[in-house]
Amino acid sequence: MSIYEHDVIVVGAGGAGLRAAIAAQEEGADVAIVSKLHPVRSHTGAAEGGINAALRDGDSWQDHAYDTMKGSDYLADAPAVETLCTESPKETIQLEHWGMAFSRDDDGRVSQRPFGGLSFPRTTYAGAETGHQLLHTMYQQLVKRGIKVYDEWHVMDLAVTDEEHPEERTCHGVVGYDIQQGEVAGFRARDGVIVATGGLGQVFDHTTNAVANTGDGVAMAYRAGVPIEDMEFVQFHPTTLPSTGVLITEGVRGEGGILYNEESERFMFEYGYASNDGELASRDVVARAELTEVNEGRGVDDEYVHLDMRHLGEERIIDRLENIVHLSEDFEGVDPLEEPMPVKPGQHYAMGGIETDENGETCIAGLYAAGECACASVHGSNRLGGNALPELIIFGARAGRHAAGGDVDEAEIPTGKRGEYEPGEVDTPVEPGAVASTDAVADGSGERAADGGVTAETGDGSPSDVLERAVERQRTRIEWLLNKDDGIQHAEIRSDVQQSMTANVNVFREEEGLKQSLRDIREAREAYRDVFVKDPSRTFNTDLVQTLETRNVLDLAEAITLGALAREEFRGAHWRAEFQERRDEDWLKHTMLSWNDGTPELWYRPVLLEGESKEYEPKVRSY
Amino acid sequence: MSTQIERERESETETESEADAVTELPSAQEARMRKKAEARADREERAREEAQERADAEDSYHLKVFRYDPEVEGKMEPRFDDFHVPYESGMTVLDALIYARDTFDSSLTFRHSCRQAICGSDALFVNGSQRLGCKTQLSDLDQPVRIEPLPHSEVEKDLVVDMEHFYDQMESVEPYFQTNDLPEGELEEQRQTPENREKVKMSTRCIWCGACMSSCNIAAGDNEYLGPAAINKAYRFAMDEREGEDMKQHRLNIIEQEHGVWRCQTQFSCTNVCPKDIPLTEHIQELKREAVKSNLKFW
Repeated sequence: MSIYEHDVIVVGAGGAGLRAAIAAQEEGADVAIVSKLHPVRSHTGAAEGGINAALRDGDSWQDHAYDTMKGSDYLADAPAVETLCTESPKETIQLEHWGMAFSRDDDGRVSQRPFGGLSFPRTTYAGAETGHQLLHTMYQQLVKRGIKVYDEWHVMDLAVTDEEHPEERTCHGVVGYDIQQGEVAGFRARDGVIVATGGLGQVFDHTTNAVANTGDGVAMAYRAGVPIEDMEFVQFHPTTLPSTGVLITEGVRGEGGILYNEESERFMFEYGYASNDGELASRDVVARAELTEVNEGRGVDDEYVHLDMRHLGEERIIDRLENIVHLSEDFEGVDPLEEPMPVKPGQHYAMGGIETDENGETCIAGLYAAGECACASVHGSNRLGGNALPELIIFGARAGRHAAGGDVDEAEIPTGKRGEYEPGEVDTPVEPGAVASTDAVADGSGERAADGGVTAETGDGSPSDVLERAVERQRTRIEWLLNKDDGIQHAEIRSDVQQSMTANVNVFREEEGLKQSLRDIREAREAYRDVFVKDPSRTFNTDLVQTLETRNVLDLAEAITLGALAREEFRGAHWRAEFQERRDEDWLKHTMLSWNDGTPELWYRPVLLEGESKEYEPKVRSY
Repeated sequence: MSTQIERERESETETESEADAVTELPSAQEARMRKKAEARADREERAREEAQERADAEDSYHLKVFRYDPEVEGKMEPRFDDFHVPYESGMTVLDALIYARDTFDSSLTFRHSCRQAICGSDALFVNGSQRLGCKTQLSDLDQPVRIEPLPHSEVEKDLVVDMEHFYDQMESVEPYFQTNDLPEGELEEQRQTPENREKVKMSTRCIWCGACMSSCNIAAGDNEYLGPAAINKAYRFAMDEREGEDMKQHRLNIIEQEHGVWRCQTQFSCTNVCPKDIPLTEHIQELKREAVKSNLKFW
């Protein structure tokens, strides 16, 4: 059995993973990254808009924090938000010092522009390719520092001890599958594992996310016992290209782009969706407005609306939004210098994820999470544009420092079942969770074996013993999947679930649709017990890898839908037909889900609105 | 054939783990593969018939896709498989490959992730030219559409090539920002004129897809040649005024080496295939001029 050993293991090599690795190494740790993609292939590279940071006179971190709390519809935790806003200037300038090619003003300073929901133009950008520049700048630092990367290794599982309560467990490493060679190996982490696996957009049919964004880290942490938080809050970006889901940055509207319906009405104003901010209202507001236009018969081709930027002039467009011209031409066949772009809402970002405190630590000792896969929470029920990239670098760095044993302030945000919390209940049409069975190894039910929890086998319980057993279980699972000769293939299961999610758990949600989705997911779980991998090869078996990913998609689709059904109110990105108001008296609390060995348990934790020097009083959220 | 397929599988994974169950792997795996082959024969036949009916009925595209697997019977000898994919408006080469994989043959293997020409995973050799699968419209191509792995690279399986050599070259030019002029304060920016940022802008757009290197005749003949992408990476830093003059000199020394800029014979093949429209040949030429200027200065 191959075991690789390091102080800190980072899973994932996007913005958060790279920043975490750099920070851990600066603390003196021997750190390695394990990633299913080579770092420069990570989806951070597709981020377009920018990095919110209060850098200028007239702006302040307090204003950034206020905007973020308001944008979150008061479901973000103030200590996390204040951490984001106070540290963003320093981390953003750190990127500049690492050579990042930001757009520049005439005086040579980094450029900033307006973005939705911001009271000051503080979105620091590099054309419409900020994520690409950020990702490559950080990978350059990784190369400079000689940090070890195990690329094209798919992490299958976390090696976690088996105490009864997750808060008593410890993570000692991860199990990886070498995509190129077909080997299963253990990665022992002496000090900590940092999960930085990014988004879960592949749970949906129409998404801006990459094919690789299957939420692996969230699903693994969930099954290992870490609660996942606020999963129902999924951001649907208002401007994606209809045929592919390719993202058209909010920067287009930030620079003055206008949305029109089929009758050429500027509907954001004319129908009162956002009478003050219009196109620059928060993303959830604009996404709902667009779909309302379509549903009321004013959509173009009954599907989308138009985003027009021609009036900005070619020079300004090429200077600040050139990438958008290429994307629209290449992926929609529309030249935005000549005609308006068709756009519609598409899944874009998961506000929820692995529960962490503001230092990136989970309730399991030695296990950290940062970036989109984590939920501290800085975004609450809706993320502001330009707040994802600073989250990656700030919480990536904090998790890296903490995992490597550096000095950190004690966290104010509690994790796991500690501090204040209350039990929850949700009426489901079918049982959620693992399908009870003793033989379905691939599904991971019955024996916790296949999804990599820890069984009560004999063993000395030492860290290496915990890791070796986890490796053995995953090896068994792979053999089982490869040996099975017939059954159903992952593509069919995945596609059924994606379609059900986009039909029922999208921008507008109704009770019956949510229940239908739970039934569909249950059916998919049953089907997954019979899944098989047709490609027998040990070399670059993407059939196998996608089959493993599909299991993660199932768990997360279910978690999102459960949360959506449980939350009987309308807050931020979560809209319910039956509950048309934000209900602060009952719902100023985070939705928590614990896997509980296959029997998901719902509970709630109150939101922390108390900041360092002020309380963020919930107000009516209007734009 | 444009693609070389010599491949010797290293067997270090077996030796390392001999004590484990993996020892029985070869024979067990052979048996499994035989069994799978039999079990899937009629299933595939049925699927193919159905798909063929659909393809006949609709507007379809004919793909000829390169196949190779070093360990699977029937695929060890490279071959081309035919797929008939129903055409939808806007369909790209990547869309067609995904359709073929998810509908006809789940073992069809290719790298892909973002679907929007930014991750650089899916550079392929399509109808005799290096292109990104996700950015290439089927409607722009003659049929049958011939899809092969990038030439001048070792094929791992089907359309997947070994990128290690490309990465090594990229990383050999000190591809990271270096300066002695950093401002003192952690909140203080190093200034850069908009003109200088514009100067390096195109060079920063590289997505490491490897299309340029694969198209380059010189790189094909000289394995140590840095290649267009790595030289462009050096250009990105050498031309950035924030690095300062000393560092620029250091960078020119790196790209002036025996296998550096002077190898380029300005055939423009790299520039022609670059999916991000980076003027690679111009950048190489400009570095040559800079190198000459600085040599005269120091001479």
